[in-house]
Amino acid sequence: MRAVSQLADLPTGATATVKALAADAGLRQRLEALGLRPGQSVQVLRRGWWSGPLHVRVGMTELMLRRRDAARVSLAA
Amino acid sequence: MPNTGKSTLFNRLTGHHAHIGNWPGLTVDLLQADLQLSGRSVQLVDLPGIYDLRGHSDDEAVVRRFLEQTPVDLVLVVLNASQLDRQLRLALQVQQLGLPAVLALNMADEAARFGVSIQAESLSAALNQPVLPLSAKYRQGLETLQHTLLAQLEARADHPAAIPEQLEERLAAMDADLDGAMAELVERCVTLPARWRDSRSRRLDAVLLHPLLGLPLFFLAMALMFQGIYAIGVPVQEALGSLLDQFGQAVLKPLIAPLPALLQGFLLEGLYQGLGTVMAFLPVIALFFLAMGLVEDSGYLSRAAYLMDAFMERLGLDGRSFVLSLMGFGCNVPAILGTRVMRDRGLRLLSMLVIPFSLCSARLNVFLFMAAVFFPPRIGGLVIFGLYLMSFVAAMLTALLFRGRFPSNEPLVLELPPYRLPTAGQMLSRAWSEVKHFWLWSRRFIIFGVVAVWLLNNLPVGVEPASSASLAGQLGTLTQPLLAPIGINPKLAVALLFGFIAKEIVLGGLAVIYGQADPVALSRAIASDVSWPQALSFMLFTLLYTPCLSTVAVIRSESKKLSFTLLSVAWSLLLAWLVSFVAFQTITRLS
Ligand SMILES: Nc1nc2c(ncn2[C@@H]2O[C@H](COP(=O)(O)OP(=O)(O)O)[C@@H](O)[C@H]2O)c(=O)[nH]1
Ligand SMILES: [Mg+2]
Repeated sequence: MRAVSQLADLPTGATATVKALAADAGLRQRLEALGLRPGQSVQVLRRGWWSGPLHVRVGMTELMLRRRDAARVSLAA
Repeated sequence: MPNTGKSTLFNRLTGHHAHIGNWPGLTVDLLQADLQLSGRSVQLVDLPGIYDLRGHSDDEAVVRRFLEQTPVDLVLVVLNASQLDRQLRLALQVQQLGLPAVLALNMADEAARFGVSIQAESLSAALNQPVLPLSAKYRQGLETLQHTLLAQLEARADHPAAIPEQLEERLAAMDADLDGAMAELVERCVTLPARWRDSRSRRLDAVLLHPLLGLPLFFLAMALMFQGIYAIGVPVQEALGSLLDQFGQAVLKPLIAPLPALLQGFLLEGLYQGLGTVMAFLPVIALFFLAMGLVEDSGYLSRAAYLMDAFMERLGLDGRSFVLSLMGFGCNVPAILGTRVMRDRGLRLLSMLVIPFSLCSARLNVFLFMAAVFFPPRIGGLVIFGLYLMSFVAAMLTALLFRGRFPSNEPLVLELPPYRLPTAGQMLSRAWSEVKHFWLWSRRFIIFGVVAVWLLNNLPVGVEPASSASLAGQLGTLTQPLLAPIGINPKLAVALLFGFIAKEIVLGGLAVIYGQADPVALSRAIASDVSWPQALSFMLFTLLYTPCLSTVAVIRSESKKLSFTLLSVAWSLLLAWLVSFVAFQTITRLS
């Protein structure tokens, strides 16, 4: 199986570790404040219909984020 | 931090009704209230929730500015105890600024339920400030908090209130170490559960956020909610209405009998009837806010943002715009204020353009009355449902037409809080304060509007009231070239003109125009003067044109652009006219 490189591609139910955030300052701050920081492990709980947002869990927090934004979160192999 | 229960705590401490919502970013204006600490009175300010003192959002800038400009005696940092793994960051930033602080770990009840345990003493030692686990919602630990606040204030009595120096620089200096410091602190003082334990949220989400079922379930829930509101609210409204009317006829009428007939008519038909219709409507409002409060507080509203985001994205909006539009069904004004959570200007303006099409409670009042006059109950229900549908269609159409002019590119990252059981007390006190607000607000407008309509009807002096020679009649006639094609006669036109100020005036205005105080007599007078297609056109127009002056004012102040405000008003008028025209002409041609 090929290693998934970004959060947007992480299969539903799978868990991985955040490697880096390739987002502009505003989005990066928001992601980090919500717990999506390098080194944290993140799980995709479900994906919305019609390419809707991802529902993920990181630490004790659950978030929704759009796939476009999830593509900016790269994962450690 | 957003959504950690600051407003709940604020209300608990001060007895003040700040709006509480399970929705990040609701505290838009700074609320301030007296807090009594065993005899000593201090000012407590409810600041907006922020993630990061260095953040870029408006709220974060507001808090920074507040700290830079207002000397504070003590900062009360409120965090969500079950999410300390990421929230301690803010406490560290405040500590770094050297501000005297107390750290409240709210939602201790949830932390316990999820298996998070916190060593408050070691956290307190590490941060060098009191750390108190508590639960604002369930009133746990509030007394200890008050004692601690008092003790801290007294200990610092001879220190002047503090303004942090070089706030930005100091924050910047520590930023690099922040994550490390937080991780270390969490490691030392917080024990996280080995496995996530919120099985309730997981089970509910599996159904409510289901890829296929989620959305139909949401709309079903909304439909049931509105059904319930009408099933209970409308009979109560009717009973209350006839009670108020009997009171007017039996008590007020004899009381004011000595007054000149003209003045009698004004007091009874105008003022009393106008206030009476809105008062009778209050139970419906109360039920509406109660239901919305339940949806919001339970955490389902945030899920609505998740469910609708894909669809809204294609309209150039996002899940938050949907939630705000939904709130607009109560009142458009706070919904427009709520767009402050959006940073992208295009997104924000487009949302502001869309929200006024939400069928707010003031308009609902008019529709319930008109539907009862012109349609049998079953059809009347369908008409109301159709108006809700129209409200959605108008909003969607507007977004589609204007999304090119207001492009946006804002990322959407939102927290989905765990499901929570709303408490009856909290829900009731919230519905109560909303109703009170609506009543105080409408009362002003009704009194002003009714006086104005009455004057227009009876001037110039000696004119037959509301005849075509009166000012109102002349004004109404003037509008006819434009409004006759959509079936709006001069009398309805005057009501619409005043409805521009606020929809609460419309019914009181009609009562004055038709000279009927008794709702039954008023119904008959309108029904004999107006046909049902005209009534339908009137309702459509009322739904779509500018909701009220307050909405215009808040659009102006929030967009800070006159041209945008004019666009919003002009577009809604145009759309209202077009839709009414098509509906009226089609129906009259067909029948
Ligand atoms: N379980 C629990 N929920 C709480 C507590 N305090 C507040 N809440 C809920 O958390 C949500 C957000 O509260 P709010 O006061 O609006 O938070 P704010 O955004 O920080 O002002 C609401 O649904 C509250 O009912 C608490 O101590 N325990
Ligand atoms: Mg708040």
